[in-house]
Amino acid sequence: MKNLPRLLKIAAQRVARNPYHALAAFLVMFLTFFIVGSFALVILGSNALLSYFESRPQVTAFLKDDTSEETVGGIQKTLTETGVVSKTKYVSKEEALEIYKERNKNEPLLIEFVTADILPASLEVSTYKLDDLATVADTLRKNTAVEEVVFQQNIIETLSSWARTVRNVGAAVAIFLLITSILTTLIVIGLNISLHRDEIEIMKLVGATSWYIRLPFIFEGIFYGGFSALVATLTLWGSYSWVSPSIQKVFSDIPLLSATAETFGYLLIFEVFVGSLVGIIGSVVATRKYLSV
Amino acid sequence: MIAFQGVSKNYNSHAALADISLEIDPAEFVFLVGPTGAGKSTLLKLIIREDIPTKGQIFVDGVDITILKDSDIPHLRRRVGTIFQDFKLLPQRTVFENVAFPLEILGLDDEEIEKVVEETLELVSLREKTRQFPFQLSGGEAQRTAIARAMVLRPEIILADEPTGNLDTASAWEVMQLLGRLNSLGTTVVMATHNIDITGGLPHRKLEIQKGRVVSDSKQKGSKQKQTKKK
Repeated sequence: MKNLPRLLKIAAQRVARNPYHALAAFLVMFLTFFIVGSFALVILGSNALLSYFESRPQVTAFLKDDTSEETVGGIQKTLTETGVVSKTKYVSKEEALEIYKERNKNEPLLIEFVTADILPASLEVSTYKLDDLATVADTLRKNTAVEEVVFQQNIIETLSSWARTVRNVGAAVAIFLLITSILTTLIVIGLNISLHRDEIEIMKLVGATSWYIRLPFIFEGIFYGGFSALVATLTLWGSYSWVSPSIQKVFSDIPLLSATAETFGYLLIFEVFVGSLVGIIGSVVATRKYLSV
Repeated sequence: MIAFQGVSKNYNSHAALADISLEIDPAEFVFLVGPTGAGKSTLLKLIIREDIPTKGQIFVDGVDITILKDSDIPHLRRRVGTIFQDFKLLPQRTVFENVAFPLEILGLDDEEIEKVVEETLELVSLREKTRQFPFQLSGGEAQRTAIARAMVLRPEIILADEPTGNLDTASAWEVMQLLGRLNSLGTTVVMATHNIDITGGLPHRKLEIQKGRVVSDSKQKGSKQKQTKKK
């Protein structure tokens, strides 16, 4: 341990003396961690989107204009008695107008000509299981007070399938890139071992232990991995903060971009940890393969 | 101090050393003489466990180094300083840093390192060159730097493989004087050379090696002559 500062200095000198090797390792690993981080955010976003749709009323029945509150109460009672419905909520014309105004508060032109009369009252229904949505929708359709039924089973199924695909593709790309990074570290450290062959020979002759010779190369690997991951995550954070307001505007109140500073904090720790691990694996393999001490 | 018992070293089918048995006493100065390819460097490499013999045992201070664990090799090498014909200095390090290198590996603090290195550079008359890089030194100065590095850990043994091979006559004698001084301070010195001239006139033991075998040993000759005179 008392040699640690010296070993770190040796590693730093080697990085500084071979800037092109360092740059090659940095760029490959930066790309890896930027893409891995991006996939993590996309997966997070797709999960948030899925939760959003799952938490929304899953069946909406738009009611005819002349439907009385007693009729609505009757429909709610019938639905509750089926035992598959978790929640029902009546939205009157006035409430529908308020919701419309809130959603379009930044677009005064859209609000100007809309009144409560032209918006239908509706009944929002959620079920415990997605499989029961179709039955509930059928029951509502048969009711004469119901004008139209919209339900989100297809949206949720499509989103689930999409999120699964993104996760699988993300995992495959991440594994591919991480292997590439390990191999790049191995090659760069291997080249540095060749470049420092004379120094290593002298180290051995003057009584350096195997770890004294190996550790600077391993520190070099950790630096490539950890530093690249750090810069990649910070760049991703900056890019996200820059583009998210304009993307979020398009998706309105859907919390597609749900990453917070805390999320990025965890992502930073995770990526720097994985980056250092990649550096350690690459450099340990390189020292085992190219260094005979 | 150093003992070889029936040591052979083969590289594929070529015998670099064949059935060598010899003993070197503490504080002895021994020349290994013989033509290039005789096996002198191989013998030195075996003493620092850079290589292991095909057959036989080698003892350093009573310890059989042929069965030494890999983790113990650095400890052996800290007790045996080595000097080479091509100096083996680190070109990007100054004279001071080259000499300090073995001390850094030992984990000494900067203050101690500075003290020991300056004392050692004083011994080899290089105090004025501490900040210079190897390419700024003459051959003799570079070899004295290498000697300083070899002796900075105060080893019990110094192995010198053709240390004068790249030097002019004056520098070669400077190096010989320095090695002689180290020996007079109690260090065992084993020096390999193919240059018989440099050993002439010096009272040290000469082991002549040819084709991997010891063909003559001045120590044994001396003792035989003494025994004959006694008879």
